Order: sequence, then structure tokens, then C-alpha cells
Amino acid sequence: MAEAREPVTTLDTPIRLEYLFSAGIAQSKNLRGLAEGRFVGQRCPVCSKVYVPSRGSCPVDGVPTDEEVALGNTGTVTTFCVVNVPFAGQSIEIPYIVAQVLLDGADISFMGLIQEIPADQVRMGLRVEAVWVEPDQLGPSMASVKHFRPTGEPDAEYASYKDYT
Amino acid sequence: MSERVAVIGTGQTKHAAKRDDVSIAGLVREAALRALEDAGLGWADIDAVVIGKAPDMFEGVMMPELYLAPALGAVGKPIMRVHTAGSVGGSTALVAAHLVTSGIHDRVLTVAFEKQSDSDAMWALSVPQPFSAPLLAGAGGYFAPHIRAYMRRSGAPGHIGMQVAVKDRLQALKNPYAHLHLPDISIEMVEQSVMLWDPLHYLEACPSSDGAAAMVLGSEQAAAAAQVDTGRRPAWVHGMAMRSEPTMFAGRDQINPRAGRECAADVYRQAGVTDPRRDFDCAEVYVPFSWYEPMWLENLGFCDEGDGWKLTDAGSTSMDGGDIPWNCSGGVLSSNPIGASGMLRFLEAAMQVRGEAGEHQVDGTRRALAQAYGGGSQFFAMWVVGTDKP
Amino acid sequence: MPTPPSARGGRRPVAVVSFAQAQNQRREAHRNEVETLMPVFADVLGKVGITKDDVDFICSGSTDYLVGGPFSFVSALDAIGVWPPRRESHVEMDAAWALYEAWVVLQEDGVDAALVYGFGKSSLGDLSRIVALQLDPYVMAPLWPDPVALAALQARALLDAGKASEEDFAAVAARCRRSALDNPMAQVAYDRTVDELMTEDYVVAPLRRHALPPITDGAAAIVLAAGDKAFEWAERPAWITGIDHRIETHSPGGRDLTLSPSTAMAGRLAGVQDGRVDVAELHAPFAHQELILAQALDLGEGVSVNPSGGALAANALMAGGLIRIGEAASRIMDGRADRAVAHATSGPLLQQNLVAVLEGGR
Repeated sequence: MAEAREPVTTLDTPIRLEYLFSAGIAQSKNLRGLAEGRFVGQRCPVCSKVYVPSRGSCPVDGVPTDEEVALGNTGTVTTFCVVNVPFAGQSIEIPYIVAQVLLDGADISFMGLIQEIPADQVRMGLRVEAVWVEPDQLGPSMASVKHFRPTGEPDAEYASYKDYT
Repeated sequence: MSERVAVIGTGQTKHAAKRDDVSIAGLVREAALRALEDAGLGWADIDAVVIGKAPDMFEGVMMPELYLAPALGAVGKPIMRVHTAGSVGGSTALVAAHLVTSGIHDRVLTVAFEKQSDSDAMWALSVPQPFSAPLLAGAGGYFAPHIRAYMRRSGAPGHIGMQVAVKDRLQALKNPYAHLHLPDISIEMVEQSVMLWDPLHYLEACPSSDGAAAMVLGSEQAAAAAQVDTGRRPAWVHGMAMRSEPTMFAGRDQINPRAGRECAADVYRQAGVTDPRRDFDCAEVYVPFSWYEPMWLENLGFCDEGDGWKLTDAGSTSMDGGDIPWNCSGGVLSSNPIGASGMLRFLEAAMQVRGEAGEHQVDGTRRALAQAYGGGSQFFAMWVVGTDKP
Repeated sequence: MPTPPSARGGRRPVAVVSFAQAQNQRREAHRNEVETLMPVFADVLGKVGITKDDVDFICSGSTDYLVGGPFSFVSALDAIGVWPPRRESHVEMDAAWALYEAWVVLQEDGVDAALVYGFGKSSLGDLSRIVALQLDPYVMAPLWPDPVALAALQARALLDAGKASEEDFAAVAARCRRSALDNPMAQVAYDRTVDELMTEDYVVAPLRRHALPPITDGAAAIVLAAGDKAFEWAERPAWITGIDHRIETHSPGGRDLTLSPSTAMAGRLAGVQDGRVDVAELHAPFAHQELILAQALDLGEGVSVNPSGGALAANALMAGGLIRIGEAASRIMDGRADRAVAHATSGPLLQQNLVAVLEGGR
């Protein structure tokens, strides 16, 4: 009999899979907008809400959001958190602020990085504007938005965004 | 017109950061064998198996139930695999329960697991997606902003979350299966832990665990037989419900989601519960981040909207003198094998009703609530279990 | 009021009343999953003149690994609009099992109609590597076996056992692709003789090109209704008079690959042999698997097998089994058949199988 051996407890199986994503018709419009340094929203024909970015449908009504809506560059921080945890694939130095930004004219907030303000001064209701990367760096990706920074306007009233948190 | 269904056996693993002493099959069998033994049954007595887990990328195995079928005694039987995000442990139990209430099967084994250490769960949750900037840092980064919004809306003071973090870890000391046993836990210790996703401290977040949970669900006849064989009473299911809503839409209330409120209203109606705080003796609720206790207290109707934090603050949810103890097992904050976390809530509620919860038993429990949620607070699964045959 | 045919198992008569699918194609490059599903839902609901608000339960089948990200089923819900909140569930299985879950839930009061759907975009990644991840993670997956090579082992076993010839494989492929000429949603359809197909090169011997399924992007949906509601919505509902599913052991080395005992058992329990079978839609991704399944179900002469072309005409993973049920049900609903068998499979080499019997009644 062989002597007792240590059990095998671990087996490394590296898995690498590559995928070719399809952004979809609606998201393509939004991505083309980002490549041109602007936000493109889409309106639901049933409830009239403006989605940005739209994944193609109104999540409430389940119908295509065909109508394009040009959106401005400014918005409001509806809520935020300070990220202090390192993780693989992270490209930003910690700590950093991830906020939900509600663009003016949109009915849904999306996630954005807040900079050019000390982390402890970021607050709900803060008015912000998008800072885009250099024109030659623009591409069909949210990475075209470098970050958001304060506009210097007075904070938005809680009542104006409380239904979007 | 539905048949009755009861929990007649429960089993769970010792949850730990890394269970490298067992394979995935070994992990699920550890829980399943304990549940079978508890029910006084063998593999051959089981009619069907329902298994659940969170995303397959957590282990790197696609549809692992295929490989697990023989380990779960499922060969020659029906087996189903459920995946409803974080609520999956709960919804898996409900799919299994429907196999009995529909009159199709008498004894169904239901199992849920996660072996997070086999892969990198944080990575799996943050797979780089094209077209979007990599900002999220796991689930905490998603939920922390909603917690901040809750604090603003309710006016809750900042220490409430830390209080939940301490309470659940103290209760976990009474549960030998819990992953985290932190005997020195205190508000100061939580406060001094790293602020991972401000306003959430490290110790206000759930751990990452390997673990499994299993239950045997039986028909009225099966429950009667098991009680004779084992001397242990069944936990009768008095109500069960699932609800889903979209991840995001204009005007969505992510702090007090309507799907959760309506899911609760449905199970309460089925179970005849009118005042949850009075009608339940304890509850096991999916609280992966401390602040979700006060948020779910409101969502589940244990108090008025905006008052959840006051119950936590007053110690009402503590086993130590509270009138409605929540998460006596230590909850998700103490053990988080993601796919199994929801089933552990359902299982712990059943253990309380059966009087089998050991040191963390709430004496005289006659009726208990279990809740699991998932996705962006959008998928809910709940059941009410009780000592009385409905 | 007409009465549904008597059923085996289940206490409440449940029927397929509507079926729709997306165009099956090699690569849907423009639409994402949500955009693929929306017209399918509009179609499946529109055919019976209802809206999403008329169904009490929603259940889907899909898998994250096809999409390459976790929680792929979540965003698919945005194609329906699950608001106000809905009773909804998801299986990480072919949507035929989502239909099974819905059938179970419909056995109880309070739920009279369900929407079931499945979707799979197989074109996004390298399917042969992705599917290898279904195998035992310790002893098989690390070898990355190609699913075509695994299927070839099974085909070889059939040949060696004297149960079939390579011409038999070609005959299945020729018939399925010819039938697919009548299926506007099919991806691969042609009219070629067995002799012509036998001149093709082997992909992995003994499987030639024709014996392999296409790689398909697709989606499908079904509406189920119980009792009177089925008669209300459909002139001739396709009643599910029997449904069962069974699994075998995982390791191909532990099974007789020339047989499908789980299909045979599910077929017995679903009552396949309780009456004459007009049509059988069998989920056989590889040509030789149709032979194994037909034998397991003891389908005799005179049964029209895979009139849609089957999985050899289009093979949308996670929707393919549901499509077999839909194709079988369609033939009941339009009166072309009175009694049909539908089959779905999952896992390597027919490991797990579901069989449903659908009847129109007289």
C-alpha cells in the first residue's frame, strides 16, 4: 500500500472565452451619439418617458423606444457612493465617487464618475455636467464621458429628483 | 384546490470562505444527505430534484446540474435548475413546493449552493461589458447609492447599519453552520473597518462563502409518515409567492420596491397574516448589506414607511429581548453562499417552526416569514411556514 | 362547451394556445436580445388577441454562458414590461423546462394563463468551447471536448452496434432539410438525395456536414392557458395530455450511448403509446440522435417525424426544445394533426429529455 498522501484539493482550469457583442439597434444610436460627444435619449411611445441609454424597449410597456431625443450635457446627482474597493479591471484610482446622474430632460438616471470636487463634498442634488474626452479619443462607448463635474449652479431641490432614486 | 406541502427535512453545510475539502458534488451532497437523514428518507424515496444557484460564472461550470445529477440521486428522475438571481434559493424552494401542491409529486428534494471560491465572484459580477465604463465594484457598489437614498428619505441616523451588522454577527455565534463567527464584534469594530462603498463599511457587507442548503418537501401523507418515523414535526407552508419587476424604469422606487410589497401582501393573504409584527414569531430576511434590514422592515410591512430604522434602533429585531427577531441564524451578513442564501432563509424559518434551530431557536415559534430578493431589488420570493396544518 | 381530452397527470387541462418564433439565422447582428424578443411577444400575444396583462405567470429559459455575462435573463424581461410586478420565474435550461414549470403552476387555482419563452444567441462566442463548460468540471471540461467529437462517438457506437448506417444518418438529414423547405423560419433547408449527401466530407468521422446542426440565433414564445380560457382564446387548443422529463447519468462513459432510456421513460409516463401518433417533433441536434429518440419513443411507421425540419434546420440553443413543442402544437391547432409528440433535450449526448403529448380532441 502506498503511504497516505495529501488529497488533491485544487485543480486550475483557466477559462478564456471571447464574445462578439451586438449592441442592438437602440443602443447603437446612443453609442453613435457618444462618439460625437452628445447624449441621445429615446422616448417611449406609450408612457412618453425618456430613456438614456435605451436598451431598445420601455421596461414598463415592453415596446420599442423609437423616437430619438437629443439631451443636454447637464444633470443632477440623485444619489452616489464612494468606492474604496479594488477589483480586477478597475481603471480608476480609489477612492472615487460613483453617482446616479439624472440628465436634464431624461426620466432615468445612469451611473457616472464624479470628479473635480473633493469626495467629501459630493452630495445628493449636486448639479453636474459631462466632461468629454478629447475629440480624437471619442468613441462609441461610455468611456467617451471622462467624468462629470460640478456646474456651480445651486443644488437641485430634493423634490425635483426624489422620485428618481 | 392545491395540496398541502410541508418541510419534512432540512440540511446545510458548514459555510466557509473556502471549502476545498469537498468538490461541488461533495458540497451539495453534504447538505442533501443531512436533509434526507433529517426526514428519515433515502435517495430512493425522492420523486424529483429541484436545484438552484446564482450565475454559472461563479464556479465556471455551465448548467452544473447536468454533472451533479448522479451526485443528487437524480438519475431516472426529473431534475430542474432554477436561476432567478439572488432570490434563487427562495424561488428554487417554491418551484419544488409547487411540484407537491400541484399533486404531481409526494417528496421533492430541493438544493441550492454556491462554491464562490472556485471562481472570482466579484469578477463574475463585474465582467467587463463593451460600451460601458467599468465603474461598478461588485454588488456593494450597486446597492450603496440606494442605501444613501434610504437614509435621506427616512432620516435614519448613520449608526443603524452598524447596529444590524453587530446584531446579526452576535446571533451567528449561536449557529454552528454560520461562516462568520466574530465573538468580539462591536459598533467600534464595524466603524473601524474599511469604508468599502461609502456609506457601507466592510463589516456591514456579507462575506463570500462556499455552502449549500437542502430541504425535503413532502405532501400531507409524506409529512405524516416522516413525523412517525423521525418524531420531528413538519413545518407547514401557509403561503408562498414570487414577484418580479424591471431593473430600472422612470420613476422606479428602488428603496421600497412595489414587487416586494405585493409579494408580501400575497403571502400574508394566503397565510391569514394581517399584522406581520404581531403574527410572526421571527423572520429570516435577505439582508446582504446591513441597511437592508430597516429597508425590508418597511417593505414587508412590519412598520410604516420611514420607521424601519426605529425598530432596529430599539432592538426589536434582536433575539436578545426584541419582539420580532430577524435573522437569528446570523443571516446573509454571516453566511453568503449566494445561490443558497435565499434557501437558507426559507430553511431557517422552517427550522424555527419545527423547533429544531438549537441555540438560535426562538422559543414557541408558531409562524415565521422567509424572504429572498435578487437582481436590482427586483426579484422577490417569500414563504410563510407554521406549526399548524393549514 | 367542448371538453378537453383526458390527460395523464395534472388535475387541470392545460393547452398551448399560441406559438411564435424569431427568424432563425446564423447571426442576428443588429438586434440585441430585447429587440429580438419584442416582436416575438407581440406575435405570440397578438395571435390570440391578448396583451401581457392577460397572463398570470411568466417563465423563461436561457443561459448566461451564451451571452457571456451574468443575469442575462434579467434584461430580457424589459422586452415584456413586467410592470405592475408579475409572477415570474426562470430556469437555466432549455425553455421547454420553463414550459414544464408553467404547466405545474397552472395546475393550481389562481393562475389561468402563462407566457413561456426562451432565447439563445449562439453566434456571440465560440460555441464549441462554451458548450464544453457543461461537462464535469474536474475530469472532462479541462479537456475542452468539442461537442461534434462527442456526438461522433455516439454515432460511432450506433454504427458499431449495427443499429444504423451512415446512409441512415444521411436519410434523416435529407428528410429534415427537405421538410424545412416548407418552414419559413428555418435556417437550413434543401432538397438533396442521400447519395448526394454521402459525397460530403467528414467533419468528424463518422459525421459528415449534413449530420450536424447549424449554429443559430433564435427565440421563441408560447402562451399556455388552462380550462375554459384555452377554448376562449383558441379555436382548437393543443392540450397537453401528458408531460414528463427524466435525466441520465452525466458521464458518456457511464451510458449506453445508442439508447435513450430517459426519453423512453418520459415517453411512457407522458403516455406516448396511449394512442396513434400523427406527428413527432424530436429535438435531435445531430442526425443520428433522431434515430435513437424515435426508437426510444417506439414511434412506428406512419409518424411524420420533424415536419418542421427539426434541430437540423435550426438549432437555437435554449429555445430549440420549446420550438419543438410549438411546432407540434401548431399542427394540432391548425388541424393538420390530432395527436402529436414533442421532445426536448438538454446536456451532452441526450443526457436529459422531456416528452410532451399534445392532443386536439375530437
